[in-house]
Amino acid sequence: MVRLPYLIALSTLFSYGLLFAFGQMRDFFRKLIDWSKSTSEDLKGYAPICLGLEDFYTRRLYLRIQACPIDCFSRPIASAPDAWFDVVERYSNDNNKTLHRTSNTTKCLNLGSYNYLGFAAADEYCTPRVIESLKKYSPSTCSARIDGGTTNLHTELEELVARFVGKPDAILFGMGYVTNSAIIPALLGNGGLIISDSLNHNSIVNGARGSSASVRVFQHNSPSHLEEVLREQIAEGQPRTHRPWKKIIVIVEGIYSMEGELCKLPEIIAVCKKYKAYTYLDEAHSIGAVGKSGRGVCELLGVDTDDVDIMMGTFTKSFGSCGGYIAASKEIIQYLKHTCAAHLYATSMSPPAVQQVISAIKVILGEDGSSRGAQKLARVRENSNFFRSELQKMGFEVLGDNDSPVMPIMLYNPAKIPAFSRECLRQEVAVVTVAFPATPLLLARARICISSSHSREDLMKGLEVISNVGDLVGIKYFPAEPPKCVEQDEKVL
Amino acid sequence: MIPSHLKSSVGDSKEDAGFSAFGLGLELERRGALESLKVEVMASAIVNATTAVVEWASMAFDAPFADAVVFGVHVDGHLVVEVLLIAVILFQLTRKSYKPPKKPLSEKEIDDLCEEWVPEPLHPPITEEMKVEPPTLESAAGPHTVIDGKEVVNFASSNYLGLIGNETIIDSCVASLEKYGVGSCGPRGFYGTIDVHLDCEKRIAKFMGTPDSILYSYGISTIFSVIPAFCKKGDIIVVDEGVHWGVQNGLYLSRSNVVYFKHNDMASLESTLEKLAHGNKQAEKVRRYIVVEALYQNSGQIAPLNDIVRLKEKYRFRIILEESHSFGVLGNTGRGLAELYGVPIEKIDIITAGMGNALATDGGFCTGNARVVDHQRLSSSGYVFSASLPPYLASAAVAAVNYLEDNPSVLMTLRRNIHLLWEGLSDVPGLMIVSDPLSPIVFLKLKNSTGSLKNDLELLNKIAERVLKEDSVFIVSTKRSVLDKCRLPVGIRVFVSAGHTESDIKKVSESLRRVATENL
Repeated sequence: MVRLPYLIALSTLFSYGLLFAFGQMRDFFRKLIDWSKSTSEDLKGYAPICLGLEDFYTRRLYLRIQACPIDCFSRPIASAPDAWFDVVERYSNDNNKTLHRTSNTTKCLNLGSYNYLGFAAADEYCTPRVIESLKKYSPSTCSARIDGGTTNLHTELEELVARFVGKPDAILFGMGYVTNSAIIPALLGNGGLIISDSLNHNSIVNGARGSSASVRVFQHNSPSHLEEVLREQIAEGQPRTHRPWKKIIVIVEGIYSMEGELCKLPEIIAVCKKYKAYTYLDEAHSIGAVGKSGRGVCELLGVDTDDVDIMMGTFTKSFGSCGGYIAASKEIIQYLKHTCAAHLYATSMSPPAVQQVISAIKVILGEDGSSRGAQKLARVRENSNFFRSELQKMGFEVLGDNDSPVMPIMLYNPAKIPAFSRECLRQEVAVVTVAFPATPLLLARARICISSSHSREDLMKGLEVISNVGDLVGIKYFPAEPPKCVEQDEKVL
Repeated sequence: MIPSHLKSSVGDSKEDAGFSAFGLGLELERRGALESLKVEVMASAIVNATTAVVEWASMAFDAPFADAVVFGVHVDGHLVVEVLLIAVILFQLTRKSYKPPKKPLSEKEIDDLCEEWVPEPLHPPITEEMKVEPPTLESAAGPHTVIDGKEVVNFASSNYLGLIGNETIIDSCVASLEKYGVGSCGPRGFYGTIDVHLDCEKRIAKFMGTPDSILYSYGISTIFSVIPAFCKKGDIIVVDEGVHWGVQNGLYLSRSNVVYFKHNDMASLESTLEKLAHGNKQAEKVRRYIVVEALYQNSGQIAPLNDIVRLKEKYRFRIILEESHSFGVLGNTGRGLAELYGVPIEKIDIITAGMGNALATDGGFCTGNARVVDHQRLSSSGYVFSASLPPYLASAAVAAVNYLEDNPSVLMTLRRNIHLLWEGLSDVPGLMIVSDPLSPIVFLKLKNSTGSLKNDLELLNKIAERVLKEDSVFIVSTKRSVLDKCRLPVGIRVFVSAGHTESDIKKVSESLRRVATENL
C-alpha cells in the first residue's frame, strides 16, 4: 500500500484546493455572463443536458491539466501499439478545448499499452492465419451467438480457452467490459449478495449495479476484513427482512491494474470456502502475463482452479485481440448460454479476432511448434523485475508486486501529472498518467506496462528518460541507492 | 396498643387447653370473639394513628400558608398535595418506556449461524432446453452459408446490405491488419486512439450530417453506456415497452424514473407525456427524455418520428434514438429514420447505433451535437473504461459507409427483396406478419398463441429446426432471456438481405408455408 508523507499530502491538497477555487471563480463569472445574455428560444424550458456539478471536473480541472500543446490523454497513434510506435502530433488554437491532428508523427517508446506478450503488432504466426480467417469468415457474423453467429472458430476457441485456463468449459463474448456487465446479473438477482474488493474495475461495479443484488465492499486485498464482512452479513441476513441470503459471490481481480499488485488469492479462497461463498476471479491483466506457462494468477500462487468457481478474463491485454471469456463448470456455462443477455442479443465476436486468440494461445502453449511462447513469458517476467528494481533503486516510489508487468510510479501532485507526461514525450517516451477518478484524489500516478517485445536497450532508454524527468519534476521521494560500482571499487581498494 | 385488660386473657387461654369438647368449642368461640375484638381494636388504633399524623401534617402545612393567597386562590394544605401529585404524574409520563437492552450476537452465535447457512447453487437445475446448441457455421455468414457440410440459405444474419464477403471491405481490413495488428491494446485515453478511429468518427459524422460522433467498441454496450451518461437519478425517461435488453439495462443503471408507454402507440405516448407535464413543476432542473428504437428488433415496427418530434417539442423532452437496425437501411440514402421522415437531424438530440448490422462490422457509435459527444468522452463508462475498437473493424466501417454512399441502389434491391418476401408469406397458415412493410426484419407471429411463452417458443423452435433440416433454409425464432422485461409476443424473425436472390426468397416462403401447414 501507498504511504503518503504528510508534507506531500498537504501540498497536493493545497494544489487541488487552488484549482478548485479558480474553477469555482470562473464558473461564477460564467454564470454572470450567461445571465446577462438571453437564452435562445429553442432551449427555453429545457434543463441543461450536462448538469453543472457533473461537468465541473471536466471543464475546470481536466482541461487545466491538458493546457499545453502536447496534452496527456487520448493521444492518437498512427501505427501498431508495439514496443515503439508513432504518436501523432497535435496542436490547438483555442487553449486545448479542441485539438487538431497534424500529419507529423514522432516515434516513441511505448510504455503505456497493454501488450504484455508482444502480440500487438503483426506476428509471424498469427497474422497470416488471421488474414486467412478474415477472407473466409468476413469481419463480422452480423448475428448473435445463439442465432447464426456461432462459427466453428468460436467453438474451437471455447474449448481451447477452457483447456488453457484449466476449467471444464468456457463461453466467449465480444468485449471484456460487457462480459462483466452482463454475466453478474445473470448469476444472481434479488436476495443475493456481492462482496467486491474496494478497488475493483468499473465493469464489475457496473455489473453489480445492473443486477438487483445487494453490494458490500471489503478493504482492498484484506482477507481478514473479508472474513469480518462475511460473518456480519451471514449473521444479519438481508436488510430489513433478515432472511438468509440466497447466495454470496466474492469478486476479486488477479492483478489490480492501478496498483500493479497481485491478489492474495490463497487466503481469500480459504475464507470463501469456510463460509460457503462463491468466488469470481477477474483475470483481465493476469491471464497470459503471469505464471510459469502464462496460465495466470492461479498458477503463480499455486491455487487449484477447481477452487475458484468462475474465472473471467479478457483477450485485449496479453493476446492482442478483443473480447472476453468466462470459464467455469459445464452446468454453469450451459445456464449462462441460455440466460446471459450478451450471448443472446449481442453480435458475436469477430471471427478474425477469434483466430488471433487461437493462434496466440497456441504460441503460448508451444503448440505452434516453436518455443516462442516460453521465451515471451520468460522475457516479460525478466523485463518487469529488472525495470521495477531499477526504478526502486533510483528512488522512485513504485507500487506492485514482483512478477507483475504493471508498475505505477507515484506522482501525487496535480501539477506533476502533465509535467511528467509532456517531458517524457518530449524525450520520446510515451507514458500513461492516471488521476482522479480512476485513482483516489491525492494518489495520482504514472503507470508503466512492460512488454516482452521491449529489448534491454529499450528498457535502458526508458529508465534513463524517466530518471531525468523524475529529477526535473521532483518525484524521487525515496533516497536513491548508491551505484554498485562505487562499492566494488572500495572493496578492491 | 393492646389494652391491658385483654392482655392477661391472651396469656391465660393457653391454660384452658385441657377442657372438654364443649369447653373447647366454647373456648374456640371465645377465642374467635377475642380475635375479632383484637382486630377491631388494632384497626381503630391504626385509624387513630393515621388521623393524628394527617392532623399534624395539615397543621404543619397550614401554619406557614395560613395567610397565603396565590393568584387570588386561598392556598390550603391539600392543594400542595395535589400539586405534588400532578408533578409526579407528569414526571412519569415524560420518562421513556422501558426497553430491554440489545445484546449483540456473540462470536459463538455468529459461528453457529454461519454453519447453518446453506447457499443456493450457483445455477438452477439444467433443463433440456438449456442444453440445445445453436447450429455452427462453417463459412462466412453471408446469404449462403455452410452448416454441417450442407449449403443453406441464410436468413438469420442481419446483413442487410449484403456486405459480408464484399471484396473492397475485406481488402481494407487486410491492409489494416498488416499495419496495426488485431487489437488496439488500450482504452481510448491511454494510446488506444488510433488514427483510423478518428477517421471513422469523422466519416460517420459527415455521413449523418452531425458535427461529431464517438465510437464504441461493441454494439450493445453503446446504448447502455450512453443512457447513464446523460440520465441520472431524478430525471424522467419515457420509453417504449418493446425496447431491447441493452436499452433496458441502460435505463436500470441510470436510476432515473422510467415510465413505459404502449408499444409504438402515439396516443399512449401523448397521454403519458401529458400526465408527466402536469405532475411536475420543477421543470428547470429535471431532464426529460423519450427513448425509442427506430426499428424495433422485438417486433419489426418502425417508430413514427414526425409524431414523436412534434410531441417532444410540445412537452419539452429530448429524444434518444436507437438506430441499430435502421442505420444504412431506412431513407433514400440509408441515413436512417430522420431521412425517412424528412426530419432535420438537429431535432434529434442523441442518436446511437450498433454497427453489427447493415455495416457488417462490429462496434457502435453515438452522434449528436458537439456538446453531447464531448461529454461522453469523459463520462461514458463503456468508452472510458474499455479497450477501443480493433482498428480493422473501424476501417471496415469506413469502407462500408463509403460503399453505401457510392451505391444507394443497394437499398432498392433490399426493398424489392422485402416486398417479394411479403408476397410469398402472405398466406402462410398459422403465422401472420406484424412488422412494418419497410422493415428488413420480417417478424411472423403465431395467429393463435398457445397462451404460454414457453409453449409458443417450443413450437416456433420446432418449425425453425424443421425448416433448416428439411429445406436447408436457416431462420431463427425470438430468443428471450429471463432477464428481459419485454412482453411482446414471440415469433419467427426472417432477416432479409440485399444479397439474397429471388430464388432464395421463393425458397424460404415455400419452406415456411410447408412446415407451418404441417405443424400448425
